Formats: sequence, C-alpha cells, structure tokens
Amino acid sequence: MKKNFTFILLLVFFSLSFIILYLSLNKVETYVPKKITNKNIIKFSAQDLFSNQEVDFNNLVVKDKLTIINIWASWCQPCRNEHPFLMKLADNKKINLIGLSYKDNNKNSKKFLDEYGNPFSKVLVDKDGLISINIGAYGVPETYIINADKKILKKYIGPIKKENYFEIIGHANEIN
Amino acid sequence: MIFNNIGYYSLVFGLFISIYLLFFSFFLYIKGKSNNDLNLNIYHFSLIQLFLVILSFICLILCFILSDFSNETVYYNSHTTKPIFYKIAGAWGNHEGSLLLWLLVLTLFIFLFIIKSKSQPKKYRLLSIFFQQIIITGFFLFLLITSNPFDYLFPTPKEGLGLNPILQDPALVIHPPILYLGYVGSSIIFSSSLAALIENNLGTIWAKHIKNWVFVSWIFLTLGILLGSIWAYYELGWGGFWFWDPVENVSLMPWFSLTALLHTILVLEKRQLLKLWTIVLSISTFSLSMSGTFLVRSGILNSVHTFASDPERGVFILIFLFLLIFLAIFIFFFFSKNIEQVKGRNFYWLSKDFSILINNWFMMYFLSVVLIGTVYPIFLEVITSDKISIGPPFYNKLLIPFLIPFLIIMSFGPKLKWIKDRFEMLKLYKILFFFISLIISIFIYEKLGKNNLLISILILAGIYLFLISLIDFFKSKNNLSQNISHFGFSLLILSIILNSFFSSEFSSNMKIGDQIEFENKIIKFSKIESKKGSNYNSIVANFTIEDKNKRVTNFFPEIRIYNQPNIMTSEADIKTSIFYDKFFVVNLLKNETYFNVRYQVKSFMVWIWISTLLIALGGFIGLVKKIR
Repeated sequence: MKKNFTFILLLVFFSLSFIILYLSLNKVETYVPKKITNKNIIKFSAQDLFSNQEVDFNNLVVKDKLTIINIWASWCQPCRNEHPFLMKLADNKKINLIGLSYKDNNKNSKKFLDEYGNPFSKVLVDKDGLISINIGAYGVPETYIINADKKILKKYIGPIKKENYFEIIGHANEIN
Repeated sequence: MIFNNIGYYSLVFGLFISIYLLFFSFFLYIKGKSNNDLNLNIYHFSLIQLFLVILSFICLILCFILSDFSNETVYYNSHTTKPIFYKIAGAWGNHEGSLLLWLLVLTLFIFLFIIKSKSQPKKYRLLSIFFQQIIITGFFLFLLITSNPFDYLFPTPKEGLGLNPILQDPALVIHPPILYLGYVGSSIIFSSSLAALIENNLGTIWAKHIKNWVFVSWIFLTLGILLGSIWAYYELGWGGFWFWDPVENVSLMPWFSLTALLHTILVLEKRQLLKLWTIVLSISTFSLSMSGTFLVRSGILNSVHTFASDPERGVFILIFLFLLIFLAIFIFFFFSKNIEQVKGRNFYWLSKDFSILINNWFMMYFLSVVLIGTVYPIFLEVITSDKISIGPPFYNKLLIPFLIPFLIIMSFGPKLKWIKDRFEMLKLYKILFFFISLIISIFIYEKLGKNNLLISILILAGIYLFLISLIDFFKSKNNLSQNISHFGFSLLILSIILNSFFSSEFSSNMKIGDQIEFENKIIKFSKIESKKGSNYNSIVANFTIEDKNKRVTNFFPEIRIYNQPNIMTSEADIKTSIFYDKFFVVNLLKNETYFNVRYQVKSFMVWIWISTLLIALGGFIGLVKKIR
C-alpha cells in the first residue's frame, strides 16, 4: 500500500516536471549580448561599391524615410535566404535600404547583386570589417533599423524572417 | 564532400545495427538458455557499430581540417584562418559534433562492457545490452533527425563563420570529452543496475563488477568538472573558480549522486545491504547526467556554453529523458518485490556501514540544495513568469552549516570497522590535533575580526580533517586510494575557505598614464600596444605594480578582437605562485579613453586545482588496484 502510494507520487511528480520543462522550452529567449538599441548610430564613411567614391553615412539618412542598414556578404549563406525579403522591402517607398558589404571581394559582391537583384539604394564597402564591429555587429547578416534622428530602433541578428519583415513594414508605416 | 557522405552513411548503418542489436538481445533474453556464452553476433555487431561511429567521427574531423564548407557544421563553426589545433577541436566544440562524441563514447563503453563482463550471468548481460541499446538508438535518432553533423550546404560558401573564440582554449578542447566519459559511464551503470534488478542479481559479485564502472565515471566526472572550472577561471576571466552558475550546477549534481553511489556500492559488496538504494542512486545519477545535457543543449539555461539552441532539439531530449525515467520507475516498482532483504542484518551505530549511510544522507542533502537552486528559477518562471536568479548566498547559507558535521564524521568514519566497532578511548594525537585546529581557527577568527562564528567552526573542522587525513596518509598503507581522495577533499575545503577570506580585489576605471594606490601598492597604467594574432587583433595594456619595497611587477592583460565571428574577449594576465595568484584583467569601456581595470589577489588558487586532482587520483589508484 505504502509502496503503491510512493509509486503514484513519483509518477505524478515526474509528469508535472515534464509539463513544466516542456512549457519552459517554448519560453526560450534568444540571447542578445549587448543592448545597443535606442542609441545613436556611430558616424562613419565608406567607399561606394559601384562608384568607388567615399560616402559619408550621415548624408544618406533621409528625413521622411526609415533607414535600414543591412550587413551582408556574397559568401554568406543565410544572406541568400533573406534576400527576397530585402527585395520586397526595397519596393516600399518609405524605406531607404543601405547595404554594407562585409569583408567581401567587390567582384563577388557585384556578381551576387546581378544574380539575385539589388535592393539597396547604396552599397558601402566594409573591406576589413571594422565599420561593422564599430556599429556593434556580431556577424553576418545583421540588420539595423534607424530613424530620422539616427537612433537605432531595432537590431536583427541573423537573417530577416517573415515576422521581422512585417515588423519593419510596421515601423515604416509609423512615419508620416 | 566524400568524407561528408561517408560520415553520414556510417551513422545510418550504425542506427540499423543498433536496432538489430536491440531486438536480437531481447530475443535471446526471452529464449533464455542460460550458462553458455553470449552469441558471437553480439560481439561482432557491437564492434562494427563502434567502428562505424569512429569512422563517422574521423570524417567530421577531416571535414574540419580540410575546411570543407559544404558541410553546414563546419561552415558555422570553422574558418580557414583558424589554427589547426582548434580546427580539430571545433569538431566537438559545437552541438552536433559534441553529440557525435557522446555517441562515440556510448558505443565504446558498451563494447568494453561486453568484453569485460564475461564472468557475469548471460541473461543479465543480454538485458544490460538491451537497455544500453535503447539509449544508443535514442541518441542515433536524435543525431540524425534533429542535429545531423553532416548536413549538406549548396552552393559551397568560401569562408566559414568561425568558432566562438571563448571556446578556443586548450582546457576546453578536453573538457567536453572528459565530462562525457563521466556522463556516459553512468549510462552503463544505469542499464546494468536495471538488468541486475530484473534478474535479481544484486549481490557481492555484481557489486564488485559494477564498481569499476562507478570508479571510471566518477574519475572522469571529477576531472571534467575541474577542467570546466579551470576554463572559467583562465579564459572567461570571471576571477574565480565556482559561480553556482546553472551550467556548473548540472555537472555537480550527478557528481553528488555518483559519490554517494561510490560509497554505497562498498556496503553492498561487503554486507549485501542497501540493494534498492544502490539502484535508486544508479537511476538518479544517469537521469541527472541526461538532464544536464537537456538543460544545456535546449537553451533553457542561457550561459557561456553558447551553442545554437533549438526548441525542437529540446523537445526530443526531454521526451527521451522522461521515457527513460518512467521506464526506470516502472521497472523499479515491479521488480523490487523480488529482491529479498537479508534478514537480521542491521546497521550498528558505530560502524563503517553506518558512517557510509550518513555520508549518503549528506550527499542527498547537498544534491537537493543544488537541485532546488538550479531548477526553482525555471519552474517559477513558467508558473508565475517572475525572473529570479539564485546566487552564492543561498548556497552558502544552506551548505556551510551542514558541511561542519560532514567534515567531522569524515574524519573518523573511514577508520571504523565494518559491521560493529568498539568505542575506543580517544588517542592522544587526536586530542592534540583538535587543540591545534582550535588554536589555528581562533587565531584566524581573531585576525579577520569577522564575527562569523560559523565560518570559524568550519575552519576548525576543516583543519582537523586535514590533520587526521594527513596522518592516515602516512600511517596506513592499505587503503591508499581512499586516503588520497579524503586528504584531497580536506585540502579542497581548506583552500576554498582560505581563498574566500584572503583574497582582495581592486576595481576601477583608468586611462593611460593613471596611477592609483591600492593596499600600499601603486598600480600604474603605462601604455597600450596593438598586436596581431593568427585570427585576431589584440590590444595589450601595460601595467606595473610597485609595492612598498619598490619591487615592480609587470602585467600585460589583453583584449582580443576575433575576426570570425567578431567577438571581443578579455584575456587575463595571471601570475601563479604557491600561495596566491595575481589576476589582472581589463575591459574596454564605451568612450574608449577609459579602461575598466580589475586586479585581484587570489589566495591558494593552485591548491584548489591540486586538491581536486588528488581527489581524482585517489579514484584512479583505486581503479588500477581493482583491475589488477
């Protein structure tokens, strides 16, 4: 009798533990190392991929548009996955999409854009990756949403997914 | 490319063999002719299975060495500029590869079990193989379905994404394999104890045979924990050896359970008592090891073990873990009736058996404290979505008072005789030792001026155990392994206490050219230099510390910026000596002219490592003696 009781108690206990651990699995939050949102983006200038002229990033931020920096590279596999979303974002008139080509060969970058299409209004070259580090990037691809005051509203680590796409569109619609 | 395919298909064939062995061993068990040797097929197929997994592991390593980025695992975790040593280590420094390593150790151990258990009854061996193959099949499926290390990537990227630089450390190269040897060893104990329970085989002979496996797992688990701790100290720059971090705790919990088992198995061997308790400990050790894997791999615990976390993987391990737990519970309750307790055998209060029983109670208490401290925040978050974190004060408050009686019992328990001992008059040297310890602890108590009586009593108990076990170490030669381990343990406790008391820390923000006084010393920040490593750039800060006798020590802490992926790490400059470590670390601050500077003097750090090594060494000597 006593034994059966212990048996049932153990079963109940472990079943409950199972349910709780199962629930906690769905609560997993991705770990963002440093909080950089709501801060001003750093000042930087870089070469344009096509014209080879030095461009100051400050001049690229437009008043009535949402500026997006997308750090990418032709050798980066996940960048190919997010590319269709970038193409769609480029169609939105309230979005100014700027590419930052990370540690890439210029020839390969151009080839990549020829092949998949060019969503960017401007592509800047970050040859040694220092600009990306200074912006606060951890890898490619990464995407930064910047408002007219040059504040970082949001940072996406890894490729843009469907839900991120709609979030960005939402941000764009807030601009009058 | 070619290695990728070989590796993948070896795993698939390995799975088929596993399923075959699963049914075959069960079939032979049901057919049940006893008293002849195992079917040769079992030997052969286990060997082939082992060979296939080794082959697949070698293929993965080759993919890493050749930087074959058509392999997704290699792409995410390696880079062409990485030193070759870490390319190889990268093979098991990630989720997929480390699971393949689990599997490798699993198949290796079951093969060793089969050839080492010839003296045991046939039906028991078949059943052990059956249970072990359930675990192996589970891991094969887990690997192939959710975490295939040989996933193919097309078009082939030119460059990989690099290995997390904090994982580029020699201690970490061997930390996972060693810890896994410990974890997987406990799976053999799990399977064979369930088999022994069903077969009613629990006795002296079984205890002697399984004791080797308990020793093996225990040694590797101890070393694995030690290496993890060393890594946190030297590489992460945390400035300590233990932080009650959940990931550290999940490796400590099976250790408590296994340590209890290590002692209980002696009682089973000598007196045929505590049969069911042995089974419970075997089951709990393995379940705790598996839970550790689950908690770390599923991403429930955010921690330094930054492997990609994926809820799907978590669900798989969780279901698998609980299936095994429920299986074990059912078997335990259905078959425990068969175990006859030896009548008329009780524990006498003054005997070795009883002191081992007390050891077990303490171990279970320590285990439950750590378990609650680790799991409670997770449960609370699910139920109330409150986030709390449980830190050192919780553990200190709950563990220290119980450590005192534990140490005292440890100082005389091992010397008692089995079954029944007589109460002897206290020997002179013991009284002498007691007074020596008392004087030293009073001295420390006065000197520190801390009004914490509890810690002083803990020091008293620690020193007493230290002296007693030191004498035993030289006096009695017949139980060397136990003496070394117990001596190591007393040294460990003392080092930890002294470390926490005599350490001092200085922390401030400084810019180049600054001078700050700290405990009669002048800390000066002279300059910074930049340096280039093979896959990182670094900023080396030059500091000098001048003490009051004008002696100057130089420190060169570093900040490394790795190329792939872009991660900054702080490399502490640590100067180690017998009595203290000087630990110097800098961090970059946001406005970049100031550096955050931390300088710590840590007493007796080396002794913490040495004493833990002694504990493991004791186990090793015991194992060698038994195998001989």
